[in-house]
Amino acid sequence: MSELSDVGMINQSVPPEEEAEWKLPSFRKVGVILLILTETALFTIFVVAYLFYIKKSLNGPYPQDVLELPILATVALLSSSITVVIAERAFMKNARGTFHLWWGLTMVLGLFFLGFTAHEWYTLIYRDGLTIATNVFGSTFYALVGLHASHVIIGLILLGLVFVLSLLGHVKPDQAERIEMISWYWHFVDVVWIVVFIVVYIISRSA
Amino acid sequence: MATTTEEEIDIELSPPGEEKGVLTGGIQSLFYTVDHKKLGLMYIGSGLIFFVIAGLMATAIRIQLAIPKNDFLEPDVFNRFFTMHGTAMVFYVGMPIIFGFANYLIPLMIGARDMAFPRLNAFGFWMFFFSACLFYFSYLGAEGLYGAGSAPDVGWFAYSPLTAKAFSRGHSTDYWTLSILLGGIGSLATALNILVTVFCFRCKGMTLGRMPLFVWLWIVVAFLTLIALPPLSACQIMLTLDRYLGANFFNTQAGGSAVLWQHFFWIFGHPEVYILILPGFAIASEVIPVFSRKPIFGYPIMVAASVMIAFISLGVWAHHMFTVGMTSLGNTFFAISTMIIAVPTGIKIFNWLGTMYGGKIRLDLPMMFCIAFLFQFLIAGLTGVMLSVAPFNWQLSDSYFVVAHFHYVLIGGLLFTLFAGIYYWYPKAIGRMLNHKLGLWHFWLFIFGFTLTFAPQHVSGILGMPRRIFTYDPGRGWEIWNFISTVGVPFQIAGVACLVANMIWSYFKGKKAGDDPWDAWTLEWATTSPPAEYNFEKLPVVRSRRPLWDLKHPEDPDWKHE
Amino acid sequence: MACMLIGLTTAIAQSDSTVHEVANMFEPKSTPAEMIHEISLLVLLICGVIFVIVTTLLVYTVLRFRRRGSGDDHEEPPQVYGSTQIELAWTVLPILITVVLILVTARTIGEIQDAEMPADALNIRVVGHQWWWEVHYPDYDFVTANEIHIPLSSATERRVTHVALESADVIHSFWVPQLNGKTDLVPNRTNHLWLEPTSTGTYLGNCAEYCGTQHANMQLRVIVHPPDEFAEWVRTQQAAPTVDPAVARGYDTFVSNSCVNCHTVNGTVADGVFGPDLTKLMTRQTIGAGVAPNDTANLRSWVRDPQVLKPGALMPDMKLLDSEVDDIVAYLQTLK
Repeated sequence: MSELSDVGMINQSVPPEEEAEWKLPSFRKVGVILLILTETALFTIFVVAYLFYIKKSLNGPYPQDVLELPILATVALLSSSITVVIAERAFMKNARGTFHLWWGLTMVLGLFFLGFTAHEWYTLIYRDGLTIATNVFGSTFYALVGLHASHVIIGLILLGLVFVLSLLGHVKPDQAERIEMISWYWHFVDVVWIVVFIVVYIISRSA
Repeated sequence: MATTTEEEIDIELSPPGEEKGVLTGGIQSLFYTVDHKKLGLMYIGSGLIFFVIAGLMATAIRIQLAIPKNDFLEPDVFNRFFTMHGTAMVFYVGMPIIFGFANYLIPLMIGARDMAFPRLNAFGFWMFFFSACLFYFSYLGAEGLYGAGSAPDVGWFAYSPLTAKAFSRGHSTDYWTLSILLGGIGSLATALNILVTVFCFRCKGMTLGRMPLFVWLWIVVAFLTLIALPPLSACQIMLTLDRYLGANFFNTQAGGSAVLWQHFFWIFGHPEVYILILPGFAIASEVIPVFSRKPIFGYPIMVAASVMIAFISLGVWAHHMFTVGMTSLGNTFFAISTMIIAVPTGIKIFNWLGTMYGGKIRLDLPMMFCIAFLFQFLIAGLTGVMLSVAPFNWQLSDSYFVVAHFHYVLIGGLLFTLFAGIYYWYPKAIGRMLNHKLGLWHFWLFIFGFTLTFAPQHVSGILGMPRRIFTYDPGRGWEIWNFISTVGVPFQIAGVACLVANMIWSYFKGKKAGDDPWDAWTLEWATTSPPAEYNFEKLPVVRSRRPLWDLKHPEDPDWKHE
Repeated sequence: MACMLIGLTTAIAQSDSTVHEVANMFEPKSTPAEMIHEISLLVLLICGVIFVIVTTLLVYTVLRFRRRGSGDDHEEPPQVYGSTQIELAWTVLPILITVVLILVTARTIGEIQDAEMPADALNIRVVGHQWWWEVHYPDYDFVTANEIHIPLSSATERRVTHVALESADVIHSFWVPQLNGKTDLVPNRTNHLWLEPTSTGTYLGNCAEYCGTQHANMQLRVIVHPPDEFAEWVRTQQAAPTVDPAVARGYDTFVSNSCVNCHTVNGTVADGVFGPDLTKLMTRQTIGAGVAPNDTANLRSWVRDPQVLKPGALMPDMKLLDSEVDDIVAYLQTLK
């Protein structure tokens, strides 16, 4: 066949009734959904490893001896999902002050959660003598909770970046979708915590 | 008219008609390019380089095994070679080359200007490239205690606890772990990028049901990658924690489980097989219709079968573990799920045959490779069925029969379709045809060498030869089969040499290809060869699965039938 | 193989010294292997038929529908997009075949894996080590290595051997193709398989899971005896060892070196468990898990420096003097 590079030819071969609206999903949303999908697969393996090793440690300390229910931290992290939505709504309405307030509050709650994790780990290591090398409980616990905490850190970095840029006036109203994506990610981190909470602090303590 | 409604995009057009090579912008542009076509070719090019290196290792392995009690390679060197060969062929040859094809072709096939995230695309490539360099650097960098170390020698699936500090001193295993972890991040980025591109950047009229099968198969592959690679990354993270922080995930002395590694690894490992072979199917699904001059037979069921393969493949992993001592219930479950996968796979083979049936088959090189693929993949599929029968598997697994089986899958299946893809799309990417005569040499030498090398391995496996042994005693009935197997190697090398020579020669001297040398039907043939950086001057609008067919046959366009 | 047999300094009396050198899984000599053989023939048959049919279709299609000449290039063949009936047919047929396969597979898995062990089954326990096999006979209270002796099963006297499989380090796999399929030896876990040999002789096998440097030389021999001969072999193994005064110097050298930290010789201070039990060393056909025949020259070479015969073996070069090597070998050769 001869040269076909004039794509106009193809387009001409398509009858005009094909003029119907052509709409594709937002690439940011699809991207974040897929990111969450693949992260879910990653967490699943760590959760499975944790569940598999429940009651398989050859020596203590065991979860029921040393773990305490992190009620306050959980409340803080879960409510940060609400504050981030309020912030996002404020952003849509272009209420920048309200946005900063609630966005900042989200970060404070996230930081509080991280502080709790740091304190918990410190206690476990220095009071209870549980390190990652102590037994399979230690290995799976620090790996799973640590993996989640590292996601909280990433989320906080994203939140913080937006916060600073917005204060400096670099965040424009047409970037609402990016704000929304960060909040999606933050919801994901929260949902993972619910799973971690159930598996680590409820199931393994009572097993 | 349709064209006027296209979004006007302001692009500097290069002077039309000018002959422009792939290396426009010089070598240095390769380092900062974010163009999906250049990255695609870089993937394929570096994959081919690693293919040659890993192939040479296989050659050394075959020389060592040519005769019993050979001392060509020391045991440790042999063990490193098969580890490096296997790991490299999967992660640094198979993965990059298929990603290269996807990168190059998907935006063209769906009428997009680039991938959704061009910089993420470059990031994915460089992660792969860096991880491959790290992997090979282990030869230099991994000298550990008392000279233990050097390259990894734990096998490509690295069963724990052989990878524990106690049994693998030095840093060789760390190089293996870290490079795979890094490469995995790159693959995840690329897979995500491909999906977003396909879902969000199709040209007007390109509904999901009108995409070329190539793109459909890549949706499946990219989803599988996103779901199956994280388990691999997870177990590499656990292994690293074990080796560096003394964690006990796979430490059998502290209650850790050696079998857990196998589960996690094969939850990745089996879908990985499909991640590698489905892109082969993708190429066959493009080449076979064009060279049979008929549309693909049963497009919807082809799509359905691919999706089904992906789903089932997530539930078959423990068929790699029939000998590990699972309960009879577990063994039965995984035998059944594995057998079920034969159904959609069979459908695909029959549909390709159905496509050829009643056509006018042009026996050009891409088609020849695809026909060889059909034959060899049939054998691979049938030995796969044998392996899925758990009791038979207790005999066959970890023997040379398995080695033969997966080389029939990965060479006979994947590599032959990749060769088909190279002959098919080289004219598009380079603008010149590959030499036909040299191609024929390549085809016949390679298929002869391949058969000579791998067919006898079925027999040595049945005669009780385990895989991964560096030597064997005379008199066990394995000598002749191993010798024949080694004799096949030079033919394969000669075949690949023909291909390499062909690619280089044709780059300079090949016949000009024109836009559409094969009289094909998908959108990539509707632009120049090689395509401009922006792919299409005006984004196309399509109304069927074969837009160029519609263009060439206005009297009977496809959209009247779909 | 002949030279190996000649090289044997001590061969136990065997009525049938056949060595089944080619471990062909299609010549099974034991009940479970025969059951596998049966199902594998069926599977081969089914796959063979499919292969012939599909290959014929492929060849026919290519030959029949190849383009002839280049004259009719511009005339395309009829465009067929698919056919529901045909596609349905080639979906349903494979499903039927799969169902058949599933049924026979499930049955055979159960028959082999869940087979009831008779009460008088011989129990042995095999522990995998990098790169040798430790073999316990708990019923008779002795330990040997690398060569497993078991009784023949016959129509008149059914003798089943139940093997428990464990590992001391990494994963290994127990595979003697003519006797049964393979089963892994996994640390922290006990696996099981059973053997019911139907003809005597020596069967060869290998470790079938890559386990490190000398994976290739982790070979396995199973020697099947008629029951009375087996009983005699057991008595030999159980016999109390004595130190021949003629090799007292060798004995002294042996026990005063670190040999005793890894090896056991019953009745002496040697009680190490990292290496093979040497109490009845000379009743074994090979050394180093099949790396070489058990003759004086090889034994000397091994005691002098195991890394020559089996590079990477975990037994180090003991840096013994020539005279010490001679003494130790002389002593070892009395262990029978």
